[in-house]
Amino acid sequence: MVQVILIIGLMLMLLGVYGFMQSKNLLKIVIAFTLFNTGINIIMVSVGYLADAKAPILDKLPDLNEIPNMVDPVPQAMVLTAIVIGLGVTALMLSYVLKLHQEKRSLDINNFKDLKW
Amino acid sequence: MVKNILIFLLLLSVGLIAFDIFGAFTENKELSPTAAYYAENAAHEVGAANLVTAIVVTYRGLDTLGEVSILFLTAAIISFMLKFRKEEEMEASDLRPASELFITATQVFTPIILIMGIYIFLNGHLTPGGGFQGGAVIASAFLLMLMAKPRLQLSHRVIARVESISGISYVILGVLGIAFAGGFLDNRVLSLGSFGELMSAGIIPFIYSFIGLKVGAELSNIIGTMSNLQKENN
Repeated sequence: MVQVILIIGLMLMLLGVYGFMQSKNLLKIVIAFTLFNTGINIIMVSVGYLADAKAPILDKLPDLNEIPNMVDPVPQAMVLTAIVIGLGVTALMLSYVLKLHQEKRSLDINNFKDLKW
Repeated sequence: MVKNILIFLLLLSVGLIAFDIFGAFTENKELSPTAAYYAENAAHEVGAANLVTAIVVTYRGLDTLGEVSILFLTAAIISFMLKFRKEEEMEASDLRPASELFITATQVFTPIILIMGIYIFLNGHLTPGGGFQGGAVIASAFLLMLMAKPRLQLSHRVIARVESISGISYVILGVLGIAFAGGFLDNRVLSLGSFGELMSAGIIPFIYSFIGLKVGAELSNIIGTMSNLQKENN
């Protein structure tokens, strides 16, 4: 079962890689990076999956020394961090795009050749 | 053409490598030792029903402080980079006004979205959600307002005050943990309360409220800066 989710995450990742290698539009490249990011997040969450376990949110206090039946909360906490960092990176990329568009009035990456050699 | 073939080959090789890894992946039969520790003790030590919150705010609280600073740094860099002219210098923009329907819907939904965001970060220790999610929801309300009224100016002074006050309060709450409990960002400054109540889990609801306000202010700041630049471009 968890393989299905892993494959979905992998497909999103590959879609992202394809997107930012192939597109010419700067905005599409940013969107492709977020797809890549989302794919990795999905893979990270699914690694913590246990068969027939519940979400790590308890509805009553467990007894002492009892381990509740739940999935691994550590990757979820890590992905929470990763999502926030991803958001910061996306915002930075978008502001670079805004700045570039202000310079040349174009979103086509082929028009930005100043650093190409 | 060659480029497309190269991209295809790259995707194929990455896919094959990853497919091999994922094919051999078998899910764990039981929790890893760290996760088992959290599962067994977090509810008693921290008192939060949402164990992800217990990890993010208490066990790994220092990392969350770093995360909030990264977000602050992003907002600071963006406002530095997208420096815009003063409001009075800005020429009247010819942005197309939003439709009547959209403006009315915004007036109805903005308070509801704000309350939803506050609900999400106040209940971060009980239900899925927390400061970052609630902050993002609050910022989405400001995004909606900016889309409905493109000439609206978000007050930078208010945003900066909310952000700095909540950031400082977060750190002060953490230092209170050194004075009255086990260490920096320890949540047992207040009593843990009864499990599952709104005012339980020590200071987690307060910390998450401050994080929510801070994240909401930072994201609104980013949105406001970008919208100002757009106005300038037009």
